[in-house]
Amino acid sequence: MIELKNLTKKFKVGKTEVAAVDDVSLTIPDGDIYGIIGFSGAGKSTLVRCINLLERPTSGEVLVDGVDLTKLPRKQLLAARKKIGMIFQQFNLLAQRTVEANVRFPLEIEGVPRAQADARVAELLALVDLSDKAKSYPAQLSGGQKQRVAIARALASQPQIILCDEATSALDPITTSSILDLLKSLNRQLGVTIVVITHEMRVVEQICNHVAVMSGGRIQEQGTVRDVFLHPASETARKLIHPAGDDAPEALPPNTLRLAFTGEESGAPVISDMTLQCDVMVNILSANTENIGGKPFGQMLIQLPDDPAAVQRIEEYLAGRDITYEVPGKGSE
Amino acid sequence: MSPEMIGLLAQGTWETLYMTLVSTAIAYIIGIPIGVILYITGEGGIRRNRTVNAVVGVIVNILRSVPFLILLVAILPFTRLVVGTTIGSTATIVPLVVAAAPYVGRMVESSLKEIDAGVIEAARAMGTSAWQMIYKVFLPEAKPSLLVGATISLATILGYSAMAGFVGGGGLGAIAINYGYYRYQSDIMLITVALLVIIVQILQEGGLKLVGKVDKRLR
Ligand SMILES: Nc1ncnc2c1ncn2[C@@H]1O[C@H](COP(=O)(O)OP(=O)(O)OP(=O)(O)O)[C@@H](O)[C@H]1O
Ligand SMILES: [Mg+2]
Repeated sequence: MIELKNLTKKFKVGKTEVAAVDDVSLTIPDGDIYGIIGFSGAGKSTLVRCINLLERPTSGEVLVDGVDLTKLPRKQLLAARKKIGMIFQQFNLLAQRTVEANVRFPLEIEGVPRAQADARVAELLALVDLSDKAKSYPAQLSGGQKQRVAIARALASQPQIILCDEATSALDPITTSSILDLLKSLNRQLGVTIVVITHEMRVVEQICNHVAVMSGGRIQEQGTVRDVFLHPASETARKLIHPAGDDAPEALPPNTLRLAFTGEESGAPVISDMTLQCDVMVNILSANTENIGGKPFGQMLIQLPDDPAAVQRIEEYLAGRDITYEVPGKGSE
Repeated sequence: MSPEMIGLLAQGTWETLYMTLVSTAIAYIIGIPIGVILYITGEGGIRRNRTVNAVVGVIVNILRSVPFLILLVAILPFTRLVVGTTIGSTATIVPLVVAAAPYVGRMVESSLKEIDAGVIEAARAMGTSAWQMIYKVFLPEAKPSLLVGATISLATILGYSAMAGFVGGGGLGAIAINYGYYRYQSDIMLITVALLVIIVQILQEGGLKLVGKVDKRLR
């Protein structure tokens, strides 16, 4: 379990101090896939770098399985870091080492005997499906392959935690998806806790169970991905979920409602049924379906007629069908 | 050209190579630790230490600003202490090393500075100690750049060694000065210069070929 308690990291920029992370408290349970999402400059990287103390927090505690890493002497901190794997946007493989030598690196650092290390490396390369690239150099691999090498390397010392800082941000959507699937299956097979830093909602949707939304160095809201996705409470979360700005109330026509369909319900039949039952015409402004943790979630923006009676009928209908809806910009009902 | 002359030139070539290669090797044995210290104690280094960095940096800068011929003369007593004489190729190695080691230190420092910060970050995240960082990350990752530096250093040290011919050093430089300068045999001077050019050329080409072979980023 990772517990961050009142974590603050300030940087001196010239004469002023900037709090890149500002009094953050978070608990990440064992075996979870926990997303931390926010726009550029939110402080996500600084926060995750505080978890393995690549960045020493200005104040606060970093407890991993109850041990405060900020209080450990150097030697023990190095040992603790060996149990926390990390992968990066730019992969950060050793360019002058082969794939297998990269994966062997953490084992060399730990002093694992060579024969034993080689066996483990072969196992890990098989796990990430790269056995045939063992003798290649990073420059000869694609981005997705490089990230799989980095994942194998991060797993070598059998960590309980893997930190991913924008691990898929340099990859195309299909490769992103396959890397996320790999992380998810490692989480299932090995029970490893994964912390995912990203600015992309779809990454959170695909693999995370929980998410914290960050901006200005602070956690704006946190909860299950489902809850945050369906009922975003903060401005930041809304912007992240609807990046095109379709959520900006001023950009929408009056009498607009956002409907959220969960699970089995799907949008189209509900709308036709609603127009029949309530005897009103609605205008569909946009609709999409997302996949969160394997379950479909629909979102639809509809424009209602400028008629209070009709609006009320629709609201009653929706309440009766147990469909979540909200007036964009005002929060859900 | 007389057989004696050819023998002399061959002897000179051999002495030049001997001085250059041995001095460069010793300069690297001293210069690599200097470069590593400058790098790890420098801005953003893994063992940031302003005092150590400033002290080593100043010593290196002083040694680098003294013109080679002056340095050579100034440390004659030290040279005699180390090799027992101040004349000949072996004696020249001492001032060559003193002049080249700080230069090599800066070369090494600048090669290390080229290493991708992300790779260092990844190694730190894996719990790599400072020593492991130096011999498993810094030096291997900088190897191609270090070799380029060594190639440049070789040519520079070769130039210094020729200069040492003025004050009793051996090698092609001494021949150029003794025959070409003092005895007005300009043909001999030309031949020695040509030989020096050829040696530099071969070292340079060989060095760069080696870098191409060693660097795994280029494929
Ligand atoms: N070493 C540093 N020195 C000074 N300021 C820093 C340093 N590192 C980060 N910052 C500042 O802290 C803030 C948060 O940076 P951080 O890199 O954590 O953001 P991020 O959420 O990871 O952004 P991105 O999505 O662009 O990676 C930024 O304003 C940044 O300029
Ligand atoms: Mg970042």
